[in-house]
This record gives sequence, C-alpha cells and structure tokens, in this order.
Amino acid sequence: MASEKWIRRLLCAAAMVSTAAAFCILLVLIHLVLPLFTSGGLGTVLSWQWLPFQGQFGILPMVVGSLLLSLGALVAATPLAVGVSCFVQVLAPDKVRGACLAVVHYMTSIPTVIYGFVSVFLLVPLMRQWFDRGTGFSLLTAMIALTLLILPTIVLVFHATLREVDRTARATCAALGFSRPSYIRRVLLPLSRRGLLAAVILGFGRAVGDTLISLMLAGNAPMIPSSALDSIRTLTAHIALVVATDSQSTFYHSVFASGLILFLIMILINLALRRLGSSLAP
Amino acid sequence: MLNTKGIFFTGVALLFLLCASPLLAADLDRFEGLEGSLDIAGGTAHIPVMNEAAKRIMSFNPKIRITVAGGGTGIGVQKAGEGLVDIGNTGRALSKEEVAKFGLQSFDFAIDGVAPITHPGNPVSGLAAQQIRDIFAGRITRWNEVGGPDAAIHVYGREEASGTHEVFWGKLLNKEAIIGSANIIQSNGAMKVAVSQDANAIGYMSIGHIDDSVKALAVNGVTPSQETAVDGSYPVVRHLFMNTKGEPKPLARAFIDYILSEEGAGIVSAAGYIPVR
Repeated sequence: MASEKWIRRLLCAAAMVSTAAAFCILLVLIHLVLPLFTSGGLGTVLSWQWLPFQGQFGILPMVVGSLLLSLGALVAATPLAVGVSCFVQVLAPDKVRGACLAVVHYMTSIPTVIYGFVSVFLLVPLMRQWFDRGTGFSLLTAMIALTLLILPTIVLVFHATLREVDRTARATCAALGFSRPSYIRRVLLPLSRRGLLAAVILGFGRAVGDTLISLMLAGNAPMIPSSALDSIRTLTAHIALVVATDSQSTFYHSVFASGLILFLIMILINLALRRLGSSLAP
Repeated sequence: MLNTKGIFFTGVALLFLLCASPLLAADLDRFEGLEGSLDIAGGTAHIPVMNEAAKRIMSFNPKIRITVAGGGTGIGVQKAGEGLVDIGNTGRALSKEEVAKFGLQSFDFAIDGVAPITHPGNPVSGLAAQQIRDIFAGRITRWNEVGGPDAAIHVYGREEASGTHEVFWGKLLNKEAIIGSANIIQSNGAMKVAVSQDANAIGYMSIGHIDDSVKALAVNGVTPSQETAVDGSYPVVRHLFMNTKGEPKPLARAFIDYILSEEGAGIVSAAGYIPVR
C-alpha cells in the first residue's frame, strides 16, 4: 500500500519535471527573443527576404519551408503507415509479420545522418536525372527521405493500438462473417482513429524537428518554392547554418526567433490535432 | 643472447633518437614537461592542420590530450568566447562586436585562397571575373553562354557569415548577393561532395580542400593555387586565425607557438595553405 503511494508520487514528480522543463524552454526562448521585440527588430525578422548583409533578416520563407516539408512528409507517410500496420496485424502470415515488424523496429534506430548521407549519393543524382529541372537538392528529395524517417515511428505507435483493438474485435467480427478487408475498413480502422492521431502527432514532431535531412537534402535556399523541385530552407536547417557561421551580429537573434516559432508551430499543431481527436471520440 | 641483442638495438635506437631529435623535434621541445588537455573547435578549413599538429604533439608527449572539433567559424567564436574550448578557430577576422563581447585574442597563422570550382568533367576551365559575377547573380544561367555544354548552371553557395563565403563574396563577387535559388551548403567538405556529384555545378571552396574530385576554375586566366595566392596574382585570399579568450594558457600558448614555428609552417603548407611567417 505504502509502496503504491510512493510509485504514484514518483510518477507525478516525473510528469511535473518534464512539463516544467518544456515550460522553462519556452520561457528561455521568449527571454532570448525579447531584444527583438524591444529593438523593433521583429518586423525585419517576420518578413520574406533573408539577405543579412543587406539588413534583411526575414525568416518567413523558412517557416513556409518547414511546414511544407513536414506536412508533405506526413501526408505521404500516414497512408503508408496505415497500410503497413493493417497488413502486419491482419493480413500477413505469422512469419512475414515477424520479419516486417523487425524491419520497422530496426528502421526507427537508423540515425538521420545515415538517411541524409546515403540520399546525397543515391537519391539526389537520381532526382536530378529523372526531372530535368533543378539540382536534385529539393523539397521533394527531402520529403522522400523524411517520409522514410517518420514512417516507422508512425507504424510502431499505430500498430500498438491496432493490436489492442484487433484482440477484442477479431473473433466477434469473424463470427459475424466479415471478410478480412471489410473487417479492416469497417471495424478496425474506425475503432483505432485515436491511436492513429497520436501516431500522426508523434510523426509530425519528428518531421518538423528533424535538422539533418533538410540541411543535407533540401538545398537551403531561403525562398518560397514555386514547385516541389525547388530548393527550400527549413527553420531547423536555418538555425544550424547560422549557428555554424555567425556568432554575434544582429541577425544571430533570428535564430532564437526561429526556435520560438518552431516551438509555437509544434504547440499549435498539437492543439489542432487534439481538438480533431476529441471530435473523433466515440 | 636475445636479451643483449634487444638491449643493443634499444641502445642504437636511443642513440639515433638522441642525434635526430634536435633536428626533428626542436619545435616540439616546448611541450616538454607540459601536461593536461587542450580543446580546439571552429572553422572547418583549419581541421587538417590542427589534426596533424595534435597527432605530432601527442606522440611527442603522451601526457597531453588534444581534441579537435569542427562546427564552423561561428562555433569557433562562440565556444572560445564562452570558455568551452581553449582555442576557437575562425576563417575570418573577428568582428568588432565579437572582440568587444568576448575579449578574444587572434593569432593569424595561414593564408588560404578561395576558388570557384566545378565538376571535373565540365569542359569549361576558366572564366572572366565578370562572368563569375553574372553566374552567381543569376544573370548567366546556362553553361553554353560561357563556352560550356547546353545545360543549366547549378549554383551552390555558402551561408553569408561563413568565412569562405565572406572572402569570395567580398573579393570576387564585389559584394553582390548570390541568387536566392542557389543551394546553400553547410561546410567546405559538403561543398566538395555536392559539386563532385553534379556535372553542371558551380561553387566555391577553400583551396586547401580542393582535390581531384572537383576542378578549380581559372579566374581571368589565373589558376587558383597555393603559388598564385602567394605571389599575389590570385587575389581571392583570406587569413586563418586561432583565437583565445584573453591571454592563452601555457598549453594553448605552446600550441600556437608550435603552429607558428618552422615545423608548424610545414604542416600548414602540407595541408594546402600558405603559412604566415
């Protein structure tokens, strides 16, 4: 009894610490961005041109780049992940299921730099050949690599939900005479919508936070792309590029603004998805 | 029997070392009796020099540990300024703000040229300075306009505060901004990889990093190289600096003096740069 109380306290403390950490990061970011507000530099940061030596520090193209890249990867990865999860859980023979899951588990542990590095030598030249336009470093290239990166994360989380739902519903539905495809479509997927939502939120977090894929593959041109074959720069890549070269000038502060915007994007998308989730609740 | 032989050989080896050391290791003598660790970070152009020097120093005196990390010029200033490393390398002179904020001291040790580069398979081997400006500004967009194949020019650049970018932009591009759609690459090494993979690429990088996988373009007929940078006929050059916060500590002092010594100068030239002496 007493030990249960302690476990509860410990868990509570863990939750408090992690929430407090996230909140502190937000406070520090705001503190670091504050000079921009007071010096009136905010207008120059929230604009569309990044030409620091000419006094233009706009990071809005990077905001657009981050959103396009991560949402694009999410749109591509989610249906794939649903397909893989359903296949593994319902359709695949036992041996294939084990092999599939092992591969997915393994994929989650591949460092992003490997994806980036291999893509520079493999995917980028291919993209250059296939489309007779652009340099191969593009939104589309980074999106393909990023899809591959977040796919296993979404599959793992979604498959866990699917397995639970499947355990409770399968026998009943088999008795009712559902075929396996219609069982997936009419019972399994509708019942695991919330699990999918959690998986998608996690996948989005990985996509928007990833630095190396976009830094190595997206081309980093600070502009709004006019097609998927154009080069883009994400907020994370922008931070990496500026930190690597600069240290003290005025435009160094745009890095903190980028960080704050990333943070806010994550919060907003999370809230939006959660709202969507509660409207989905049975 | 074996034992005496062993002793004999050790003796010969020692004798040889004793005779040879004043010649080989005179510049390393300053590390005699020093110990501790020395952390170095910053500009990526400096790394080959730092690594070679560190290797020689650590085999001369195993009590000294030297770590060399990259990161770029900005990281060099930041880490040296915050006291996180003993020496922070930069590929450009420090700005007034940086000196004022951190109280850094700079040690100029090498001259490095920055050359326009292209894929080795590209038939274009030289361009006029004005053509290079037009290409990087986006006024010339196809290789056939400058005597090359019928293909689009893929422009690769560096972030504006990069040391490599600063000299190329200031001394060759006449401070004209690079076209916005250019791919921005994060380091000298990554630039080499990107350009060596793309037959239609043009970029620029430190002469010291250039090897067979990319081709340096002649500018107004002058091929960028260590020789043309020394005699002043190739003008796009910069200095490489080591920086310390305030006066360097004894070990950092010894390291800097070593890089500036005769043997250090040898390492600097072997890495493709020109020593400042």
